[in-house]
Amino acid sequence: MNYNIDHLRELESESMFVLREVAAQFENPVILFSGGKDSILMTYLAVKAFYPAKVPFPLLHVDTGHNFQETLDFRDNLVEKYGLKLKVGYVQDAIDNGFVTEENGVNASRNGLQIFTLLDELEKGKYDAAMGGGRRDEEKARAKERFFSHRDEFGQWDPKNQRPELWNLFNGRKKMGEHFRVFPISNWTELDVWQYLAMEKVPLPNLYFAHEREVIERDGILLAKSDYIPLKPDEKTFKEMVRCRTIGDVTCTGVWRSTALTVQEIIEEVATSRMTERGGRSDDKRSETSMEDRKKQGYF
Amino acid sequence: MTKTSKNNKMSTNKNSTELLRFTTAGSVDDGKSTLIGRLLYDSKSIFQDQYEQIEAISERRGEEGVNLALLTDGLKAEREQGITIDVAYRYFSTPKRKFIIADTPGHIQYTRNMVTGASTANVALLLVDARNGVSEQTKRHAIIASLLQIPHVVVCINKMDLVDYSEEVYNNIHNEFEAFATKLDVHDVSFIPISALKGDNVVDRSKNMDWYEGATLMYYLENVHISSDHNFIDCRFPVQYVIRPYNDEFHDYRGYAGRVEGGVLKVGDSVIALPSGFSSTIKSITTFEGEIPEAFPPQSVTINLNDDIDISRGDMLVRPNNQPNIDQDIELMICWFDHEKALSPMGKYAIKHTTQEARCVIKEIKYKLNINTLHRDQEDKVVNSNDIARISIRTTKPLFFDSYTKNRMTGSIILIDEGTNNTVAAGMII
Repeated sequence: MNYNIDHLRELESESMFVLREVAAQFENPVILFSGGKDSILMTYLAVKAFYPAKVPFPLLHVDTGHNFQETLDFRDNLVEKYGLKLKVGYVQDAIDNGFVTEENGVNASRNGLQIFTLLDELEKGKYDAAMGGGRRDEEKARAKERFFSHRDEFGQWDPKNQRPELWNLFNGRKKMGEHFRVFPISNWTELDVWQYLAMEKVPLPNLYFAHEREVIERDGILLAKSDYIPLKPDEKTFKEMVRCRTIGDVTCTGVWRSTALTVQEIIEEVATSRMTERGGRSDDKRSETSMEDRKKQGYF
Repeated sequence: MTKTSKNNKMSTNKNSTELLRFTTAGSVDDGKSTLIGRLLYDSKSIFQDQYEQIEAISERRGEEGVNLALLTDGLKAEREQGITIDVAYRYFSTPKRKFIIADTPGHIQYTRNMVTGASTANVALLLVDARNGVSEQTKRHAIIASLLQIPHVVVCINKMDLVDYSEEVYNNIHNEFEAFATKLDVHDVSFIPISALKGDNVVDRSKNMDWYEGATLMYYLENVHISSDHNFIDCRFPVQYVIRPYNDEFHDYRGYAGRVEGGVLKVGDSVIALPSGFSSTIKSITTFEGEIPEAFPPQSVTINLNDDIDISRGDMLVRPNNQPNIDQDIELMICWFDHEKALSPMGKYAIKHTTQEARCVIKEIKYKLNINTLHRDQEDKVVNSNDIARISIRTTKPLFFDSYTKNRMTGSIILIDEGTNNTVAAGMII
C-alpha cells in the first residue's frame, strides 16, 4: 500500500479544508488581498476548494495609495481570470475625512493607518470572517495564532484567551458584532509557498523577480525609490538588481539584492537565505514586540 | 498502487517530502525550549536576524552563551515571566521531511494546551530531566499521549551532561518509565539520552555516550514510519460543503466537498449516505486538476454520485458493508478546558463532531481520572479545568462515529458552552 501524499499536498488539503469550513460556518466571509504571494496563494487555494463553482466570497484590498503599480495590475488580472469579486478600501478616504492623521518625516508610512480602514471596511461590509495570508513561521507573535482567531467587537486579539483548536474541529461560533480572522495557510513556511507556487506554475507579480530599480539604503535596508519616500539630506538613490520577498506598502517594503529570475532560482535563494523575509520590513523593526502590539490593535 | 492520476504523478516531484507533526512536553525546567532551539539551530533553520536578536537579549541579561530557548519564547508575557503560556507552532525541514512542532507548556494549569498539541501529532517527545527521573509531570504527559493516541512516543532523557553521561542513570529512568507505561495504551516507545544544551544526540551523535547505540533524535524524527498513521480501511467521508456552480457549463452539477477521514474511495464504489441510508455509486471524484480515480486520507476532494439524493453538510458517505456507529448515546473520555466553570453534571452543551453540529446533555459523570496515579475517582466528580473524566452524553440527533482508537478523526468531539461560545472540552469516543 502506498497511499502517501507529500507535504505540499497535505498543506494544500488542510488549507482547502479550512477555506471550505469558513464558507460553511460563516455568513459573509471575505479574503483580505494584499497583492503579496501569500494572498495570491490563498486565493488560488480558494479557487481550487470550490471548483467548479466560483469562490463564494469577495476579495478586499486595503489600498494605502502607496502601491507598486505592478501589484494593482496583477490584482485586476487575477480577479478577471477567476471571476472574483473585488472590494477596495482607501486609506486616502480615511485621511481626507480626518479619521486618521498621516505620519510625518522621512520614515512616514501609511502601514499603521491601514488598521482603521481595514476595521471600517469590515464593519461596513458586515463581514463576519476575514481570511488573511498570515503564516506562523513569519514572526514570533504569529507562531501562536489559531486558524480561527476570535476577535472582539473592537477587532482586538487576546493572545491569552484563544480557543483551543483540536483535530479538525474549528469553533467559529460568535456573538453579534464579533468576528473572526481566519488564516488558511497558517502551517506553510516561506519555502513551502515558493515550492508550491513553482509546482503549480502560479503566475506572480514581476516584483518578486530580480529587476533593475532605483533604490535607497536606509538603516541597512534597501527601499524602492518612490515619490512617497522623502530622501534624507545625505541619501542618494542608485540602481541595483533587486526583488521583493514580501509585497506591501511601498514605504516599508524592503527590496533585496538578488539575481533570481525564476521561481526555481527564488527557491534556491530562499533555501540558502540567512535572513527572514520580514527582516526587510521596517514596520517590524520599530520595537522588539511591534508585531504583537499591532496585532492586538487589529492588524494582521 | 499504480500512479495513474495527475495528482499522484505530481506528488512524486523532487520536492517530495513527508510532513511529520510532533508535540513536545516537559516540566518548566526540563529544557524543552532549549531542545527545540537546538533542533532549529542545528538543522540550520535559524535565520541570522533571529539569531542576532536572541544573542543581543542573552547578552543584555548577562547569560552565558546564547540562550537558544529564547527562539521559542514568543509573547511579551512569557518573556516577562520566563515561561511558555500557549501552544506555539514551529517549523523546520530537512531534505527528508518537513516538521511542525506543537510546542506546549508543561506546567499543570495548561494541560489543555498539551491536549491541543497532541490531537494532531504523529509523535510525542516527552522530556525527562536526568537528575530528577520520571516525575509526576512526565507521567501526566505520558497519560495524555496515551489518551490522545499519539502513534509514537519518544522519551528524551535530557541534561545527561549534568549526570556525567551515566548509563546507569539512563537505564534506571528507562526501566522506571517502561514499568509505568505498561498501564498505558502506547504502542511505540523509544528512549534517547540527550543534552539539549550541549547538543549530544540531538542532531549530531554524542561523543560522550559510547554505550548508547540507538538513533539520534533527528535521525528518529526523519525515519520513524508514519505512513500508516491514517486509517486506510474504513471509508469515512463527512460532507463538508455542497458545491453547486449554477452556470451553463455545469448546469446539473452537484458535488460533495470534504476531506477523506478514512479508507480509500474509488470511482464506481457503492456508498450509502448517512443518516438517510440512501445508496448510490461514486460517479467521479473532482479536483481542480481534473478527475482522479481514487481518494484517500487526508485528501480534500469533491465527490459526485450517480443518483440525485438529498445530502447536506454533516452527512457522511460510507461503504454499505462497513458503517460507523450511529447513536445518540455516546461514551467519552473528556479533558475539561473551562477555567471559569466546572462541567455541569446535567448540563447542556453544543457538540461538534466531524462536520456535524448538535446539542447534547451530560447524562452521567462516571469517574474522574487521576492523571498522576491512573486512579479512577468515583467519589469526587467535580470536573474542573484540566481534569480528565469519563462521561456519557445524549445528543439531539444521531452522530456517525467510530471509537477514537479506530479513527482519531471520526472518534473525536469538542463541547462548546452555548453562553460564552468557548470550546470547553475535548472528547475521545470510547
